[in-house]
Parts: sequence; C-alpha cells; structure tokens
Amino acid sequence: MARVNVLLLALVMLCAVGVITSQHRARKVFVELEAEQAAAKKLDEEFTQLRLEQSTWATNKRVEALASKNLGMRLPEPETTMIVTLDNRAGGAPR
Amino acid sequence: MKFEKRAPQLRLKLEGWRSRFVLVMIISGFAALACRAFYLQAVQTDFLQAKGEARYGRVLDLPASRGSVMDRNGKPLAISTPVESIWITPDDVDEVPDAKIRILAQALGLPAEEVRQKIARKDRQFVYLKRQISPEQAAKVMALGIPGVFQQREFRRYYPAGDVMAHVVGFTGIEDNGQEGIELAEDARLAGSPGSRKVIKDRKGRVVEDVESMRPPKDGEPVTLSIDERLQFLAHRELKAAVEQAHARGGSLAIVDARTGEILALVNQPDYNPNNRTNVTGAQTRNRSVTDLFEPGSTMKPFTVAAALDSGIVTPSTMIATGQGSMQFAGWTISDTHANGTISVAQVIQKSSNIGSAKIMMQMSPERMGTLYRDLGFGTAPQTGFPGEAKGLLRPWTKWRPIEQATMSYGHGISVSLLQLARAYTVFTNDGELLPLTLMRRDAHAIGKRVITSETAVEVTRMMEMAVMPGGTAPRAQVPGYRVAGKTGTAHKAEMGGYAENKYRASFVGFGPVSHPRFIVAVMIDEPQGAKYYGGDVGAPVFSNVMGAALRMMSVPPDAPGTLNVQAPTGRSEG
Repeated sequence: MARVNVLLLALVMLCAVGVITSQHRARKVFVELEAEQAAAKKLDEEFTQLRLEQSTWATNKRVEALASKNLGMRLPEPETTMIVTLDNRAGGAPR
Repeated sequence: MKFEKRAPQLRLKLEGWRSRFVLVMIISGFAALACRAFYLQAVQTDFLQAKGEARYGRVLDLPASRGSVMDRNGKPLAISTPVESIWITPDDVDEVPDAKIRILAQALGLPAEEVRQKIARKDRQFVYLKRQISPEQAAKVMALGIPGVFQQREFRRYYPAGDVMAHVVGFTGIEDNGQEGIELAEDARLAGSPGSRKVIKDRKGRVVEDVESMRPPKDGEPVTLSIDERLQFLAHRELKAAVEQAHARGGSLAIVDARTGEILALVNQPDYNPNNRTNVTGAQTRNRSVTDLFEPGSTMKPFTVAAALDSGIVTPSTMIATGQGSMQFAGWTISDTHANGTISVAQVIQKSSNIGSAKIMMQMSPERMGTLYRDLGFGTAPQTGFPGEAKGLLRPWTKWRPIEQATMSYGHGISVSLLQLARAYTVFTNDGELLPLTLMRRDAHAIGKRVITSETAVEVTRMMEMAVMPGGTAPRAQVPGYRVAGKTGTAHKAEMGGYAENKYRASFVGFGPVSHPRFIVAVMIDEPQGAKYYGGDVGAPVFSNVMGAALRMMSVPPDAPGTLNVQAPTGRSEG
C-alpha cells in the first residue's frame, strides 16, 4: 500500500512540473504570437500609408501636369487621329 | 492534607467557572475566524477575485479603422491612417521645469505660450495638447519622458483625390464621424465598432494570456462607388475651365451610365480641398447637382414632345405655326428667340421653340403631363442615398392653371435638380424605360420602369440629334466621330417672386453615341456672365469636350467615323 502511495505521489509531482513547464512555454509562445500580430498590424498600417502615398503621386491632376509641363505632351486633335478598324474576316482577336 | 506539602500558591483553590470562561473565549475566537473565513470565501468572493485580477489583468481597447471609400475600379478615394494625439493631465505636468516645457512645445510644433496655457487649466483632468500628429512625431514627444504626457491612437482620414472628389465623398469630423457626402450617407457601414480584450500582463508589461474570449474590433466595410475616378477628373477639369471662362457663379456636371443608371461622375463648382478645410464655406461644400433646384428651361421640351407622340396627338412631321416668335396666351406672352414661322414637331426640338412646345402641350390634359412628370421622377428625390437630396418642385396637376401648364412645356414653373434631369433622360437611352440612379457600383442589372414607348424614345432621340447639328440650337455640342443627341436649356433665374432680368442658368443634357448610348452628360452653369449665356454657347461646348474625351477614354468605337481618318489594318500580324 505504501509503495503505491509513493508511486502516486511521484506521479503527481511529475504532472505538476509538467503543468508548470507547459504553462510557461504556452506563455512564451503567446508573447511571440503577440509580437507577430503587432508586426502584422504595423505592416497593415504601413500598407495603407503606402497606398495613400501611391494614390497621391498618381492623381490624374499631377500626372497631367507632369505630362504637359515636363514632357510637353498634349491630347491628339481629331484631325491627327487615325481610327484603325478591325477586319473581322481576317479572324483572330486582337492581341 | 495532601496539598499542604506544596507551595502555598498552588494551594489556592481555583473556582470552576474560570476555566470554562477561557474555553468559551477560545471557542468563540475560532468561531469568529470561521465566520470571517466564510464571509470572505462565500459572500465576498466575487469582489475579492475581481480585485485580485485587477492587479494583473488589463482590458485593452482595440480600435476599429474606418472603411475606405473606393471608386468603381478600386482606386482609393478616402483612406484612414493611424495618427497620435498627445494629451496631458495638467496637475502632473505642473512641476515640470520651464526649459522642458519649451522643448516639449518645440517637439509638438506649438508656441510655448500655448502649451503653458493648456497646462494652467487646473479644472480639467484631460487636455489635448495636439491632435492628429504623425506616429514618428509622437514617438519623439514621448521620448522626452515628461510625466503626465500621454498619447492616444486615432485615425485620420485622407482624401487622395482632393477637390476632384470633394462633393461626392464628403468628409469626416475630428471624431471620425461622417459629416458630408458619402462619408455621412454611409457612416454606419464605414464606421465599424471598436473591440476589447481582457489579458494578463506580466511584470514587464507583456501580454501573456487572454483571460476570456476577446471582443474583436469590427473594421468598417469598404464602400465602392459607381464613380469612375478618371471620368470624374475629366468632368472636374472641363467644368472648372468652363465656369472660369464664363465667369459664372457656379456649375454642376453629371455623367450617368446610360445603360445601368450608375453615376460615373458628379462634380460641382466652386469646390474645396477636403484635406484642408480651414476656410471652407457652405457654398463650397454643397453638392449642387443633388441639393440645388433650378428651372430646367428647354431641356424639358423633349418630354413634352414625347408625351404628345405617345398619345398619338402629333407625329414628328406635324406642322405647328409659331408665327413671328411671340404669342399671347391667357394674358401672358410666350416668346421665342427667333421667328420660326410654321415648323414641324421635330423642328420645335431642333430650334427650341417655346411657342411650339406650348401649343403641343395645350393639346394634352394636365393629368397626362402630371403623371408623365411624376413617372420621370420629377418631384421625388432620386434616392441615390446621398444626403440632402432635393425633391424638386412640381405642383399637383389638379391645381395647374393653363398658363402654368403651357410654361411647364418649356421648363418654367417647375424646379428640378441636375441629377433628376439626368435621370429623366435615361428614358431616351434605355428604350423608354426610366432607370433608378445610384452612387454605388451596380453589379446586378438595373430594372427600369417603362415611361414612354421605345418608338417614341427613338423619334425624340432623332429630334435631339438634329438639335446638335447645323441649324439646331447647339451645334457646338457635336463630338467628332460620334453621333450625339441632346437639348439645350436657358432659364432666367427665379429671384424674389419673379425672374431676374439678366441672371441665367445655362444647361445642356445629352447622350451618346446615339447608336448604342453609353453616357448621359448633364451640364448646368449658374449665372454665366457676358454676351453668351445660352445653353448652346455655354453648356454645349462642355458637353462636347466631356463626352468626346469620355468616349475615347472608354474606347467606345466611333459610330459616325465620317469626319475621322479611318484605316483598315493592313496585315494580320499587327492585330
């Protein structure tokens, strides 16, 4: 009887230590998860900022101003426009 | 005696009650402890556990970000990015030496005096020093380590398209709530709801465990508009140029998809920059094309003729005598700009004859016209979901006087918004069916409501095509390479119970290409100055520029290529 009790006590002690280590590991992993989530959030925020920046650089107004001022581009006049019609009999979709 | 050998003290005879007294005291002492233990364990357990948890548990707020607004192609029109607000508890900052206050003010970019004033507000526990600064700047401020200075995460709204989209998208207030435009109309969808989570923090302040399931924050939904950013920009540029050239007080322009009823562009002048609204007035923020009413003038004539054709009262070739350009009717004078003589119904539209349309109108019952106007959506808000939509003024037909009915035939005595006018024109582009308008991208097919027969729609379209040809009122509305149709409108502004002598509203509503309509463009210029104030002179060129550029931008094949250089491809390889 006493031997069984000692055995059980040892088992209980083992389990207790097991619980403690696994709890500790769980917390460590959780902290890592938190850090990764924070990083993800930060990247998300950076993404919106970059999206904002991109759309600010790419506004039609700015592109048009750059095209006409720096590159000297202008809209083609109807007289200088050539309309190219697709010959259906030739077959094949335009690439 | 046996006891006599002992010390005399021990010979004392103790009285029996004393030992019993001590026993009772000890028992009652234990009883008190047991009661206390019971009280703590059973009665106060919740309170104590909560207190204990408060030592290591924390509730974290999880802010939700506001949904972005996008155009139909997914280009961002309004985006929230995180910013920081710096706030203080004045009592704690009080002891900070003056030199450090100066450094703080410098880091914030504020005058030191302003910071001192804010610190002096002893009646408050919470004072904002500066709101919505960049996270980098906030980090610098917090690095100073001044006690009683805190930061708070907030979101700031940016509008990359700026003034081009200002009226449609609107803006939010500093508390991130919608105040104008789509931001207001769709606030419930965009706003989202913040969440929270309960956690256990360790000694170093790291979160080590979630205590209970968290309430996740619900980010606002993105809203996709029907607006096409490129068309919007085009419309904005052309309208702005036209308003400046005509020295007009304002103007509006709408582009509507002729087949789906989606609003592709909606611009107004004057406008404002939603990113910097320091000196913005109501006149600038108003979305005139939706909220402002005006008398449409001759742009209503196609509906008069459509009703007459539908009722079989006239045919396009029925001749109408308009005489010398002046007619007496019920004690009033109806006049034309030119003497047109006897002209056909089609020419009434082409030449925009007031007398002609009044004569056609008077052959119809008020009920017929009243129901037609109602079916066309006049007098009811367009239901695009935009805040402050005007319903327009349309008196019930039962109360019409004859002169009222006559003037309504050419768009006087009735008030509409530009968007209502554009909506009514969908009957011509959609085989006689009126399409509901929307500002949201429409993925399903719109269901129209029949107002006129498709034959009538074709006939009236032909007449409106004549109006933009030589001999019509608006040859300047022509678009090279495309067949377009439209109608001019010029109305005196109604002011203080009468019509202002020299204040006008010039408008033009049209669509193209006629063979397969893609766009409806409605233009209205408010009070053009100078000798040219007619819709055909002020509105039509804007229509032409916008329509032409829009058709080219969307690669719509020309349906009248006669005026263009056309070349068939020479070889297959280049296809």
